[in-house]
Amino acid sequence: MQLKPLARSLAAALSIVVIAGCSSTGGTQDGDSYGSQDGSTTGSSTSGTGTGSQYGSTSGSGAGQQADSRIPEVRTIYFDYDRDTIKSEYESVVMAHARYLRANPNARVVLHGHTDERGTREYNMALGERRAGAVERFLNIQGVSPSQMSVVSYGEERPAVNGQGESAYAQNRRVVFNY
Amino acid sequence: MQSLNKIWLFCVLLFVSSVASANLTIEITRGSDQALPIGVVPFAGSDGLPEDVAQIVQDDLERSGYFAPLARGDMFEQPSQSDDVQFGTWRSLDVRYLVVGTAEQTDGGFELQFELMDISGQRRMMGETVTVRGNDLRGAAHYISDQIFEEITDIRGAFSTKIAYVTAQGVGDDMQFGLYVADADGRRSEQVLTSDEPIMSPAWSPDGTKLAYVSFETERPAIYIQDVATGQRVKATSFEGINGAPAWSPDGRSIAMSLSKDGQPEIYIMDVANRSVERITNNNSIDTEPAWAPDGQSLLFTSDRSGGPQIYQYSMGGGEAQRMTYTGNYNARGRYSPDGEQIFLIHRSSRGYQVARQDLSGDRLVVLSESTRDESPSVAPNGTMVIFATQQGNSGVLSAVSADGRSSFRLPSAQGDVRDPAWSPFLN
Repeated sequence: MQLKPLARSLAAALSIVVIAGCSSTGGTQDGDSYGSQDGSTTGSSTSGTGTGSQYGSTSGSGAGQQADSRIPEVRTIYFDYDRDTIKSEYESVVMAHARYLRANPNARVVLHGHTDERGTREYNMALGERRAGAVERFLNIQGVSPSQMSVVSYGEERPAVNGQGESAYAQNRRVVFNY
Repeated sequence: MQSLNKIWLFCVLLFVSSVASANLTIEITRGSDQALPIGVVPFAGSDGLPEDVAQIVQDDLERSGYFAPLARGDMFEQPSQSDDVQFGTWRSLDVRYLVVGTAEQTDGGFELQFELMDISGQRRMMGETVTVRGNDLRGAAHYISDQIFEEITDIRGAFSTKIAYVTAQGVGDDMQFGLYVADADGRRSEQVLTSDEPIMSPAWSPDGTKLAYVSFETERPAIYIQDVATGQRVKATSFEGINGAPAWSPDGRSIAMSLSKDGQPEIYIMDVANRSVERITNNNSIDTEPAWAPDGQSLLFTSDRSGGPQIYQYSMGGGEAQRMTYTGNYNARGRYSPDGEQIFLIHRSSRGYQVARQDLSGDRLVVLSESTRDESPSVAPNGTMVIFATQQGNSGVLSAVSADGRSSFRLPSAQGDVRDPAWSPFLN
């Protein structure tokens, strides 16, 4: 189960490094909110809230030097327009996640693929999946078991920042590692 | 030839409902220079009624782009029945058609009478008494608009239809999404779903009773089918990977969709009764955004098998899908016109992403919209207008353009982004 939005953004804001309690169930399906007769969904999955405060230590170490027992701090990599190639500057980030996942066979990661807002929504879903899939293949080549990884494309539906222009678009073309 | 300086610009804001809601308002952004001048006289007896029926009719006709209504302030007189119409008076105002009528409160609702006059022909074209049960004066007004529109244009009116659309607020992990259904003029919106995970791609069943859509409420995409009236719903597909772009077949028995369970996104057709899926495309590329031809015999879809996205057509008879678009390097999300002879799509031009039209028999592409960040075109069931999502400033808004590109209007929302419109089929 993922952290809920508030907890997720708090975690990001505080630069919290480790949220170990959430790693083991990453990628499992949450069916709680399905089936309500009135068609509304409620935020029923709130179990992630507050776990961040248990692990408040921040670390200044770079991605390359992190102990493999910790989820790497950098969890977002960015892409060029209309490309799914992992840029060389982000290879060390992906390698750090590969080391962590190899060292922790019970850890699971959901790779969230995102695009900028240009173009049609469903086509962008496909492009976001391509980006996340490229990261999944890279991790696999680095020896990460496919059973530890899954891919969810959000297309252009969850921009990291609003607004037009290349600086906003560049921040939205991304793959996020979710443990 | 159409002269640019003859294009009329109107800015008409409808009364915003007094209760806070997600109603959309209308701004007419481009009026056709071929619009027919019409007068819609305020209905006698309508003072104090909850709705101004003549105003709703006038706004409907103006929004269609086919009519240029006379301002009420320019009317010298306000007759309420055909016998009282002085043709010369209206001819001097250059009015070609005139609508007159009465409204009356009854025990169980209202009774409306209207008549349509041909001013240049000096004759009564039609008239009808409309009985309104309960409070549905807006519905009755849209019905009257439908009758007038069809009598004059020979095209069935689509004013009594609905639009479904998605709203979004917030950014990143902190977002709220809503699925709404509103009248075709953006009024009387009703929320059918809310979620803190994305909602996408609503699609009407051909009988107008159900919506299929994509929801991420389980933190991954799944296609749901929901009864609009009751809110009851079922999860139709939740395969691994993308479950996207649902499109009902004209007979309502199948839903075409894009699934990536076998690797790349491919087009599948699901049997609605037993939920089995049959794969239609087989290709190492993106295949998505299916749309059914009105006769159910072919599908349009978007594929990047030639490099960038282009529109392809698959025939139910089998065989290779045919590429339909060759203008430019980005053409996506094709939709057939109701007569099956044209397709509307998103085209990337030198200016940006725009709504365009192409004849199925030819390859000439015509850009219709003036906005440049357009998405999600959806065609009115009578083929006269295309509604789509675009950007106004930093907000997502709905906009519509006539199929000939001559007229357009916008439906801004008071709050948040509005996107992914789906025009309903005829509902009566």
